[in-house]
Amino acid sequence: MNLTRRTALAAAAGFGLTLDLVARQAFAGTESALARRKLVFVICRGGLDGLSLSPPIGDPDYAGLRRSLALEDKALPLDGTFALHPSLGAVHALAKAGQARIVPAVATPDRARSHFEAQDVLESGAAAVYGANSGWLNRAVSALSIQRKVEALSIGATAPLVLRGPAAVSSWSPGAVVDAEARLPTLLQDLYKDDPLLGPAFARGLATETMAQTAMADGDMPSMSSPPAAAGPGVAGLVRQGQDAARKLGETTAGFMREPNGPQIAAISLDGFDTHANQAGQLAPRLAYLDALLDGLNTGLGPDWKDTLVLVATEFGRTARINGTGGTDHGTASTALVLGGGLKPGGIVGDWPTLKASALFENRDLAPTLDMRSLFKGALAEQLGVERAALDATVFPDSAGARPVTGLV
Amino acid sequence: MTDQDLEAAIAVTRFGLGARPGEIAAARSDPRGFLKAQIRREGADQPQGDGQTAQQRIAAFRDYQFAKRETRQAKAGDGAPAATPDANDPVKMAQKLIREETGGDFFARARLGALTEAGFRERWTLFWANHFTVSATKLATATVVGPFEQEAIRPHVFGRFADLLGAAETHPAMLLYLDQATSIGPDSPAAAYFRRGPQRGVGIGPNLPAGAAPKGLNENLAREILELHTVGVNGGYSQADVTEFARAMTGLSIGGLREDPAFAGAPVFRQAAHEPGARTVMGVRYPSGGKDQAGAILADLAARPQTARFVCGKIARHFVADDPPPALVDRLQASWMASGGDLAQVAETLIMAPEAWDPTPAKFKTPYEFLISGYRAAGGAPSDIVVLAPILNALGQKPFSAPSPKGWPEEAEAWAAPDAIVKRMTWAQRFTAKATHDRDPKDLAAQALGARLRPATALAVARAESRPEGFALLLMSPEFQRR
Repeated sequence: MNLTRRTALAAAAGFGLTLDLVARQAFAGTESALARRKLVFVICRGGLDGLSLSPPIGDPDYAGLRRSLALEDKALPLDGTFALHPSLGAVHALAKAGQARIVPAVATPDRARSHFEAQDVLESGAAAVYGANSGWLNRAVSALSIQRKVEALSIGATAPLVLRGPAAVSSWSPGAVVDAEARLPTLLQDLYKDDPLLGPAFARGLATETMAQTAMADGDMPSMSSPPAAAGPGVAGLVRQGQDAARKLGETTAGFMREPNGPQIAAISLDGFDTHANQAGQLAPRLAYLDALLDGLNTGLGPDWKDTLVLVATEFGRTARINGTGGTDHGTASTALVLGGGLKPGGIVGDWPTLKASALFENRDLAPTLDMRSLFKGALAEQLGVERAALDATVFPDSAGARPVTGLV
Repeated sequence: MTDQDLEAAIAVTRFGLGARPGEIAAARSDPRGFLKAQIRREGADQPQGDGQTAQQRIAAFRDYQFAKRETRQAKAGDGAPAATPDANDPVKMAQKLIREETGGDFFARARLGALTEAGFRERWTLFWANHFTVSATKLATATVVGPFEQEAIRPHVFGRFADLLGAAETHPAMLLYLDQATSIGPDSPAAAYFRRGPQRGVGIGPNLPAGAAPKGLNENLAREILELHTVGVNGGYSQADVTEFARAMTGLSIGGLREDPAFAGAPVFRQAAHEPGARTVMGVRYPSGGKDQAGAILADLAARPQTARFVCGKIARHFVADDPPPALVDRLQASWMASGGDLAQVAETLIMAPEAWDPTPAKFKTPYEFLISGYRAAGGAPSDIVVLAPILNALGQKPFSAPSPKGWPEEAEAWAAPDAIVKRMTWAQRFTAKATHDRDPKDLAAQALGARLRPATALAVARAESRPEGFALLLMSPEFQRR
């Protein structure tokens, strides 16, 4: 009896495999190209000031609004209107090579100017706060699962909302060293076998840790918190350390993505962009870390950079005017970045609303000209081949009105 | 095992910080009474740290800033290269201050958590400290998070919410963390003074870059009070309410260098920096009245039903489930409104609420809760901050460094990432290798979880091939990871 059942199961499994192979061959051309494609999402938390990330130095109202924060001739020029912050040397070089573009006036549908609400909307992909309790990247993995197996990885000690949800995903941060000899991992997997939270999470964690052994950049542990030993005196030494750590993190993330069964999708968070006071001094090192992270991804991916698209976005921009304490308060539209070796040529993504008094949103903020979901949908459609119907309905619920951006890759 | 055995285990592990050996037995005769006895008017226990106040720490931080400025000027003066001897490097000095003071405060709090016999009182306190988050992520607040908890939070956790709110929002640590210290009224006499010429310096907040005079409003604290501390993001306020509230709070700052030394680093109200005029916040008009204006707004916010609803929802979420039973929130809110926000009453209502005693443990422990409960299960306490800080960093809960004013996340999904479970396991392996000695892990398991210990875990612990392995299985078991 038992034997018969087992035979039947094996036959069924074999049949499934055959079908799977046939299906794969039919789509082999496009599928294998898509299967190589990679997407990295970098979240800059705290409300990154777009007018500092990509200062519109050619906009006649920019200097008057920003006064002592205006960057003007220090910035790295892109075109007649826009430049990049002086800390973004690597991004600037990529932009000059046609491998980075700015999206200078993009915003989520949320207008409450609350970090937490706006981050929820940025990551959930819903039209409003509390619209979904899973993330759009996770639902994109689910939507792709009918076509092919896609792995996703979040970098960091806690799981970001954007990758939480029904599809199982991995997470990694530096630090764990699993003793391969110990019995504990096996015993725990048994103890967790009926646990819907711990069981799958633990199994994935162990698998990722194994992968990390080869993915780690030059065998070194990248550190995500401030390292103890200074690489030189003073603040400059701290910033150099931060840059080194960020670059290593980028390289390690790239290492994971280049593994044979590595993730095609990765999410990384940077924080500290909430610059209410002394913005110039606070922002320069943070942007230098972002630049180093992106540079590390680029160099780490090497030949795979041509198949990679990187999105950098924040929950909201900041007030167009400098505030009373040398900083800026919570605003609306900000700049997003798109980077990658396969980027199509083009200028800015979306329109520039200008900084004219009449153009400001509520006489206060840079006005959005593009829905953040349109950018994300365009990236998922062109880079990973997510179907339009899924994008409109499940990945970004009720978002048919937010049409995908086209012409990215 | 009886219902009472299970309730004793729930009292100690869910309401408290985890069981020390013998604690579940002590709660058995009256689990609810065991918890209620921990409520006391004088507030929480105080950790045994170095006793320095926020005011002293802020003054010390200013000395450091002076040293930094002098180093910079010395460099500019003699044209010497950037290298400075380590002992005088201001960044190294700051790192040392932060390591010793912030680390010391955190260590003292962790020891209190591991050793206290009033685990519920401490968990209740940690809830409020997280509700009114001040984080060490800013250099200016790096050494004052501990004093903030001791001075503004701990004395008030079983008093009126309005008093706790007032103490938290006017504490110098909060004024620095959310930028209130440098906010001044755009039409105030102080703003006019700064507009007239180069800064001759009244000592406004220490967080100023050289040469940047405060010129106006910063709405950060006003917004976070509304959004995070009182009525909540759906509490019915607008951007205009935020700005009006920020104007009303101008003048509230910290005593500066050129002011009365007795007030250096202490909260002060500068009438000259206060925005003149009446304000309207959430439909209520507040006549001009100096510091009483912001005080009246805070008092009204504390009394609003939206505040009761928002904060009681958070209490239920922290103690019972990420998605708490609405009946529990209703019960807490009714108690809050009936008692005028008496937190001792609200705590008692929580203890007596049947929804809070659901046998299924719905809460996944945060890293701090996991580590503290691990020490409690071992009957020990951390011996040094250097054994605590690295694992908390690795698990994403760096000491006193919540990522934002919202505080640490509450939901399981944030903490149960695949990598985090593996890191908890590697910590448990190291911890149990040292902590077990000659203890029987079966006994440790029974003491730590009581009637919550599942047969599968008991069996795995009993079959372990070494004591550390058995204890590690207990710490990593699904029921120990939850509460």
